[in-house]
Amino acid sequence: MEQSDNQPIDTAQRHLLWRLFTVFVKIGAFTFGGGWAMISIIQREVVDNQKWIAKDEFLDLLALAQSLPGILAVNISVAVGDRLRGRVGSVVAACGTILPCFFIILAIAVFLTPETIIQNPTLNAIFKGIRPAVVALIITPVITSARAAHIGWRTAWIPVVVAALIWSKWPVVSNPIIFIVLGGLVGWLQLRHVRRKLAAQEGGDQ
Amino acid sequence: MIYLRLIWSYLKIGFFGFGGGYAMLSLVQNEIVGPGWITDKTFTDIVAISQMTPGPIGINSATYIGYTAPMQAFGPDASPLWGLLGSIICTLVVIIPSFLLVRYAGRFVSRHRQSVAIEGIFRGLRPVVIGLIASAALILMNSENYGSIPSEIIPSALITLGVLLLNLFTRIHPILLICAAGLAGYLIF
Repeated sequence: MEQSDNQPIDTAQRHLLWRLFTVFVKIGAFTFGGGWAMISIIQREVVDNQKWIAKDEFLDLLALAQSLPGILAVNISVAVGDRLRGRVGSVVAACGTILPCFFIILAIAVFLTPETIIQNPTLNAIFKGIRPAVVALIITPVITSARAAHIGWRTAWIPVVVAALIWSKWPVVSNPIIFIVLGGLVGWLQLRHVRRKLAAQEGGDQ
Repeated sequence: MIYLRLIWSYLKIGFFGFGGGYAMLSLVQNEIVGPGWITDKTFTDIVAISQMTPGPIGINSATYIGYTAPMQAFGPDASPLWGLLGSIICTLVVIIPSFLLVRYAGRFVSRHRQSVAIEGIFRGLRPVVIGLIASAALILMNSENYGSIPSEIIPSALITLGVLLLNLFTRIHPILLICAAGLAGYLIF
């Protein structure tokens, strides 16, 4: 949209799309751990190296990407691509992000099937050691985000009940989607209630 | 038809995947592992592989499960093309919500970010997301991953405890921790 008039539009736009693709392929191929690790690298490429977007605007896009469901790295890729080149740009950027890991995981899925692991005594032993470690890696964010979200004794029952019900595998109440919908709804109604009460108090004081 | 069910599952995972990769794991568990398309063991291995390869865990697990679920369902003689088809479908489906939401809901959400509705929803989601991640860990603490005899359970539990402490209190990279746990497994089991 902000293509300047004196540029040969076709080649310039094609060039930008190609740059967009290669930059996001690089991001997809070299960031381990996904999510936040990826965000800082995307920011460095898009804001500092390529100077496609100003930092403020990037942070706005990031805030948006975070508030939507879905894979954070894909959300921010789509948002950046969309901002630069509309629909085509968003597809190009998202494809760049997912292609490297798609091919790597596909190769692993083909050669490292569940049967291969079970039948090979060495692999079997290695994965027996790795699986309990994975559980620890999942417990870590429970502890760190509980701290970050200031979960105190008054709110701790929520994650406990949610986790226990999902773990129970009982029909209906073990579906995580129910808790996501319920949590959002209750959070909204509660905050609205609090704000209205505050507004009413202020009104009464005057 | 397994592909239609995978599409439906991954649409739900994409549209309700709040709170990042680990929170998404509980959705994948409920949609994919619950119906028995892959075992808890394989699911745990996928998380390990995702940690050790580049890319978001949501994409990695979609690609791996998309390949493995049809291959498991169709038996050992199935053509790998069925797995390839599944992995392409799952990977694309899990990112569809990103396109729709960023493009069509994006402007609306940006404009109302300060609103009571959006702020309240995120306040409400925060403790729920922690519960989702905790449930993913809880479900994986089973005999498939920890064994069923004391000589397996005890070293496995010690690995969990050790990795948890190292991950919380040191800056050792998680990939190194997984490698160390794999080495320990090789030596113990």
